[in-house]
Amino acid sequence: MTSSTPTLFKPLPGADGASIDIFFNDRALTVQGGRSVAAALLAAGVSRFRATPVSGAPRAPYCMMGACFECLVEIDGVPSRQSCMVEVKAGMRIRSQEGARDLPPSIGTDTADASLENAHGR
Amino acid sequence: MAAELVSSHAEAVDVVVIGAGPAGMSAATRAARAGLKTVLIDEQDAAGGQIYRGIGRADARRKEILGPDYAAGGAIAQAFAASGARHLTGATVWQVTRERGINYLKDGRIGSFDAQRVILASGAMERPFPIPGWTLPGVLTAGAAQILLKSAGEVPAAPPILAGCGPLLYLLGWQYIRAGVPIRALVDTTRHEDRWRAKRHMLSALRAWPYLSKGLQLMRTLREAGVPMFEAADDLRVESRTGADGVEHASALGFTTQGAAHRIEADVILLHQGVVPNTQFTQALRATHRWDNAQLCFTPKTDAWGELDVPGIFVAGDGAGIGGAQAAALQGALAGVAVAAQLGAIDTRKRDLEAMALRRDLAGALRIRPFLDSLYRPRDVNRIPKNETIVCRCEEVTAGELRKFVELGCVGPNQAKSFGRCGMGPCQGRMCGLTVTEVIADARRVSPAEVGYYRIRPPIKPLTLGELAGE
Repeated sequence: MTSSTPTLFKPLPGADGASIDIFFNDRALTVQGGRSVAAALLAAGVSRFRATPVSGAPRAPYCMMGACFECLVEIDGVPSRQSCMVEVKAGMRIRSQEGARDLPPSIGTDTADASLENAHGR
Repeated sequence: MAAELVSSHAEAVDVVVIGAGPAGMSAATRAARAGLKTVLIDEQDAAGGQIYRGIGRADARRKEILGPDYAAGGAIAQAFAASGARHLTGATVWQVTRERGINYLKDGRIGSFDAQRVILASGAMERPFPIPGWTLPGVLTAGAAQILLKSAGEVPAAPPILAGCGPLLYLLGWQYIRAGVPIRALVDTTRHEDRWRAKRHMLSALRAWPYLSKGLQLMRTLREAGVPMFEAADDLRVESRTGADGVEHASALGFTTQGAAHRIEADVILLHQGVVPNTQFTQALRATHRWDNAQLCFTPKTDAWGELDVPGIFVAGDGAGIGGAQAAALQGALAGVAVAAQLGAIDTRKRDLEAMALRRDLAGALRIRPFLDSLYRPRDVNRIPKNETIVCRCEEVTAGELRKFVELGCVGPNQAKSFGRCGMGPCQGRMCGLTVTEVIADARRVSPAEVGYYRIRPPIKPLTLGELAGE
């Protein structure tokens, strides 16, 4: 099958939110404001938010409440942002998060003794 | 160590409440009304929690779609807004110490409180639903889809499949029908034998008739709308397709019913099999937890007011055991009066008088639980998956690898970390914790209580070193 990846969510007819312009991986997108970055990207047809550090598998929002960390993206140069917890703003430059990052969510992910290692320090 | 870094700047307050759902709002309202200096901290930019998310912003149309139970949250939010409690929005608490120090992150900066009493109201999260393909783009929880509806007015672009069991799944289906969103199928994992087991609790359920009849009405709406419904679904698996742009995504749900194989195509597949307490704070506090065999989760041990065995720290709402929104609001108020009395803002006579009414209502709100817990008890196979299934989404550890760790001598979740990084990704075990406990318990043939849970450490939300250093 070679059909393109489907848009997963759409706004209900008449849903509020003024249109704003953002960038995703350098592509200009017009989205509705008044929602999270994750909600805006989903409705704009983005279905791959990040790739896992282990196998490079594509991931997209799963819980939408800040628990699963599947929606991690880079926003205005800051990596590992939870896009479901950040309100979308005009002009935001968002990038998909590809694998491990230099500035990871670092110290909450250790095993025994709070070592300050890279979360994906491989 | 981190606590001392910032504690010199800590602001002293009477009460800190964490979480702005029904429990947190009610607790903060009661404490503030007693004249206590009260701060409610929450990650979202408005009150409501997940259950009443977007309640202050929802217009009449959205409230109509979401139904009267959602709209009822408006009164709780209004009472909170008028209570005099301070509402710290957009703030993520990353540590609560046993000495009631609270560290949070807001706008990239760290702040701290030094509280006389702490009320944890961090609610519930959806139980992991580990089936093959559950990590694919296009697979979300039913709760996630409901959050998109509540907070952004967004619905699936093409008819979704709703799969699993539990009230939230049917409620979401009902809300979609009201919003005019077609549903491809409702794939119910509940079996007839579950229904018989639940009948033992029928008497208590009958006393909770208003709740039960609401549930039956939800199902009738779905049936009348012509939603294809499957019962006793087994062997759930999400199939994928790779689009022209190279992105692999969900494309179909395969399952069996009584031996017959089914395959239904859909781009959006919404999973749900109940909710479990979010115990990150209480676990990190080293409060005593017990395995609840009816709700299949760990719950913190509390007294009748919600106080943990960590003095001065309370837990209210679903974080103490799943009871639903109505019960959560009542438990929040109970913790609020207990704290007010402990701090001398009201006398114990007033406390006990209020508590009597609250506890009577609480008993009513909880009456339906044994029935629901029994009827919608997620099946073993959907909690303790087959070898091929990914358990830890972050580090991509499968159930088979976990079982191999056990063969090599791994006895619990914390060792599973060093055996194979299981639970060490950014979600800090939230998505796999209960599954890991149950898979190990099953492999070792011991109880989940004996296996225990991940040792949760602060910061309970990831934090960069720059943020910690106050850069």
